[in-house]
Amino acid sequence: MNKNVRYTACFVILSVLLATAVIIGIYSGSVRISAAEVTEIIAGKSNNRAAENIIMQIRIPRVLSSVILGGALSISGFLLQTFFANPIAGPFVLGISSGAKLAVALTMIFSLQIGSILSSAELIAAAFIGSMLSMAVILMVSGKVQKSSALIVSGVMIGYICSAITDFAVTFADDSNIVNLHNWSMGSFSGIDRADVTVMAAVIFPTVAAALLLSKQIGAYQLGEVYARNLGVNIKLFRAVLILLSSILSACVTAFAGPVSFVGIAVPHIVKRIFGTAKPHIIIPASFIGGAVFCLVCDMIARTVFAPSELSISTVTALFGAPIVISIMLNRKKSV
Amino acid sequence: MQDNFFITEQMAVGYNKKILIDNINISVNRGEIVTLIGPNGAGKSTILKTIASQLSLLAGTVYISGKNLRNTSSHELAKTMSIMMTSRIEPELMTCYDVIKSGRYPYTGQLGILSEYDKQQIAESMKFMSVDSIADKDFRCISDGQRQRVMLARAVCQEPDILILDEPTSFLDIHHKLELLSMLKRLVIRKKIGVIMSMHELDLAQRISDRIICVSNNRIDKCGTPEEIFTDEYINKIYNIFPASYYAGYGSAELERVTGEPEVFVIAGGGRGINTFRRLQRKQVPFAAGIISENDIDFPVASALASEMVSEKAFEPVSTETFDKALKIIEKCRKVISCTDRFGILDNANQKLYDYAQENNWLV
Repeated sequence: MNKNVRYTACFVILSVLLATAVIIGIYSGSVRISAAEVTEIIAGKSNNRAAENIIMQIRIPRVLSSVILGGALSISGFLLQTFFANPIAGPFVLGISSGAKLAVALTMIFSLQIGSILSSAELIAAAFIGSMLSMAVILMVSGKVQKSSALIVSGVMIGYICSAITDFAVTFADDSNIVNLHNWSMGSFSGIDRADVTVMAAVIFPTVAAALLLSKQIGAYQLGEVYARNLGVNIKLFRAVLILLSSILSACVTAFAGPVSFVGIAVPHIVKRIFGTAKPHIIIPASFIGGAVFCLVCDMIARTVFAPSELSISTVTALFGAPIVISIMLNRKKSV
Repeated sequence: MQDNFFITEQMAVGYNKKILIDNINISVNRGEIVTLIGPNGAGKSTILKTIASQLSLLAGTVYISGKNLRNTSSHELAKTMSIMMTSRIEPELMTCYDVIKSGRYPYTGQLGILSEYDKQQIAESMKFMSVDSIADKDFRCISDGQRQRVMLARAVCQEPDILILDEPTSFLDIHHKLELLSMLKRLVIRKKIGVIMSMHELDLAQRISDRIICVSNNRIDKCGTPEEIFTDEYINKIYNIFPASYYAGYGSAELERVTGEPEVFVIAGGGRGINTFRRLQRKQVPFAAGIISENDIDFPVASALASEMVSEKAFEPVSTETFDKALKIIEKCRKVISCTDRFGILDNANQKLYDYAQENNWLV
């Protein structure tokens, strides 16, 4: 009973934070638009075309994409942590985001050369292939190394290799559109339009729902593979689905916003501490909301601190996320 | 009462399709504890893991209640068999209750909601293993003894017909070993569960098991009742204890004997000598012991540790030859430890040895 009160309270607080962050995200920006006017625009009663464009085409898509992509990243992280039974696993540190980034960059450069523009579905497909390739390498490594720290180091190295090749390709590609590509490859929520938001929602929400449906299996798997198998979990199938879901989520994020670091580790960790549980049917929705809040706040910092120029989103998420990773490692052996 | 509700026929087990042990025929009745013993690396865990479907069965058939394991779905099996393995688990932020609750997994729907019956089973198994008081504690913060009890409660609330335990008492102190095994025994009798487990503690295996299976040198060496298996010769052989010092009556073994010319003669008997023998062994002093009757509780320890031993047949008076033999050793080492200075009338020979040593000032 006591616990349910805690869960409810935490969900309420998270939701309030989310609502606040969304509102601030829409009402503030580098172009000053009065609050009254923003309200009018949203209600559809404004005649100021320029301001309406900023709100409807830039701010709202950006806020929505921060919410959806932030949530997706956190859940992708949670699934990977479950899979590897390692609290510092995540799409970024395991090199999965960078693999997706490389695949997207190469596909973009190639398509620019032949003069066609990629649709967002094609971008997601490219990112998915890239993340699955990185995942394949990581799985091979995880079969060989016993230590979880060795796994993480391998992941970071894979990430560096992919990033190096991406930078190389971007530097030598000779199209002016590459400027955009360069921004994207650093990670950013800017430049996402409403159509993109629709596509990402269509991919991410069903995936998150599927992860939520796996809660029971994830819960059994948290006791370790041996006990999960004894309880009747089809381990091979379960592991394959887990990999698939987490790759889809991180691929989708990378396709739209480039690599975003540390959200996948930091958010599930904080959420578990706040809720005082690791139960998947609680942590999956909570991580989604938490990730949304985290990314909204980080994005706000990224675009306002040095406005009008923007920081890359990873610069900000790393600033908050990396210390959390260190604290996880320090507390690893200590019991709670 | 042979119901043989669990049987393996010509089972072969191993890793990566390589057969380690084959031709394994094990049967377990309801309410019976069958224990695998044998040296490290003999393949006990491999057998248990195969039975528990953690490793694939390489050949042969396993039947549970007449049903072939190969035709049993993992979901059905989960309702029939539960396990407790040696590897420690460190689940994040899980209370003991959460861990135990996972045993109801095969019985709940996709949403994992517990029915009243589920809750009742959890409560009952917690009470049975007396872990209800730590239900809300973080599983990672409890002691090893509590951990094993929680894991057993978890296995029990899965309502298994057969329970697989891999070294359930390793890492526990003697109090917790005895406690866990007593609980297990009560559980098995009351719920009519069949148990297959592996153990390294021979003394405890001997006491709790209904039947013993010896795994050695990659084969099933022998099966039988504890009385048949736990003989001095057999245990010393299968565990390669040399010089043989395992004594089945006590279920204990001694450290290696110090050989050589005895430096001191120990007058012992009636259990008063055991501590002295062991103390001399610790100091690595070769000693002689006597005169001990073969039915004396000092006898097994003395015969394992003394470099020379003067003994007399059970329930016989000490013969002159035996007495002379003891006297000769005393004269040679000229040092005597007596574990007592009060001898009974049936211990007349030792009294004489004592008096002789005292006269010569050889007592130490």
